[in-house]
Amino acid sequence: MKKPARAGTAGRPRNQIVVPAIENGTVIDHIPPSATLKVVQILSRIDDLVTIGINFPSASMGRKGVVKIANQHLTPREVDKIAVLAPAATVNIIRGFKVREKIRVKIPAIIEGLVRCKNPACITNHEAVRTKFKVLPGAREVECHYCERPERFGELELL
Amino acid sequence: MNFRGRDVISIRDFSRAEILSILRLAARMERAAPPRLLDGRTLATLFFEPSTRTRLSFESAMQRLGGRVVGFADPSSTSAKKGETLADTIRMAEHYADVIVIRHPLEGSARLAAEVASIPVINGGDGANQHPTQTFVDLFTIAKTHPGLLSGRGRPLEIGFVGDLKYGRTVHSLVTALCHFPVRFVFLSPASLKMPEPFLRIVRDAKVPFEEAEEAEAFLPRLDILYATRIQAERFPDPIEYERVRNTYRLTADKLSDVKSGFRILHPLPRVNEIATDVDATPHAWYFRQAANGIPMRQAILAAVLGRLR
Repeated sequence: MKKPARAGTAGRPRNQIVVPAIENGTVIDHIPPSATLKVVQILSRIDDLVTIGINFPSASMGRKGVVKIANQHLTPREVDKIAVLAPAATVNIIRGFKVREKIRVKIPAIIEGLVRCKNPACITNHEAVRTKFKVLPGAREVECHYCERPERFGELELL
Repeated sequence: MNFRGRDVISIRDFSRAEILSILRLAARMERAAPPRLLDGRTLATLFFEPSTRTRLSFESAMQRLGGRVVGFADPSSTSAKKGETLADTIRMAEHYADVIVIRHPLEGSARLAAEVASIPVINGGDGANQHPTQTFVDLFTIAKTHPGLLSGRGRPLEIGFVGDLKYGRTVHSLVTALCHFPVRFVFLSPASLKMPEPFLRIVRDAKVPFEEAEEAEAFLPRLDILYATRIQAERFPDPIEYERVRNTYRLTADKLSDVKSGFRILHPLPRVNEIATDVDATPHAWYFRQAANGIPMRQAILAAVLGRLR
């Protein structure tokens, strides 16, 4: 984590982005730009400063989204949801302006109770059933445990 | 192999060895089905959608083994109509029977029923998804006419599928199951009703050779089996296009002059006009025998999941 930078510091190139550092909290990094706002939506509570950045340049992804949340840490369920939306994301735990822990989100083998089946004829869209998807080899697709339809990872819709 | 308590929901739940085992049990039932084998056992047939063959063959199979049948063939006479959930209907029915056969228009309904019920559940068709007992009947029929399928001796069987390969669930399940065996596929359909990519991927992954074509007739002399399916008018927004397609794919006796002597035509039925009635009298028409095979196969499945056959 870089030292907190003050906006307008002399010598900073005009195209450099200034993001306020947080003393304590969470930084979710390496989010696909299009999924960034969805990641914000899954946060169960927003009581403090949240900074959202979209289309930051990224060496590994070209462009990325970053979400910084002050004074809040994610629940395991929130981390699971982020894995569905942004399989390449990293979750950084910040304490005292420093990254104390860096977690690479992990796609589970089975995604349960997180995602809606897109097949309108699937029983899960008609009865109170906890949805369940198997992640197929290569992690590009999932398959509904009930209707057996495959679905692309990037097109999943959270419940 | 012991299938006691086993649900029969999707053909994908069955390994090659399990499929072979069920085919052997069906052959045993065909040779001699003990008339009291399922004495005192009750089958619940829960048909939330109309069906003739599946329901009648399950009921006949159960009764011929001395078992009893309760159930409904029309959901309008049940509390599903009053808004009862499927899960609740199953929780009720499981106390009235020893095994359940369910047909339901929603996909995944049979899987849900199996998770709710403590007794075995057999899928009699869940929407466009699966119809595993039909697949077992189809495999049994092919294995009887071409025993090389199971023994693996001789050249791979050349199996053609014609008609609606996009929406035909019997085609999808049978193709998936046949990938366990030495076969080659030819998929014959109009471009708009081609075999969907996820199933082609299963075929590729199993390293089964296949071809796709729109023109069917030229392939007939090569085939050992032709599996024909109905092309439904509602799949075509343009009625003229539907007329053209259904005439192109209509099988008539005069198209069979160059086929192999052991060539067999299968069809899950009901047939409408995709196979002309003049084909029925040829030695290649096998669809009514295929329907007859539904009895020993369903006897085998019922007796196996009830733990009376292994």
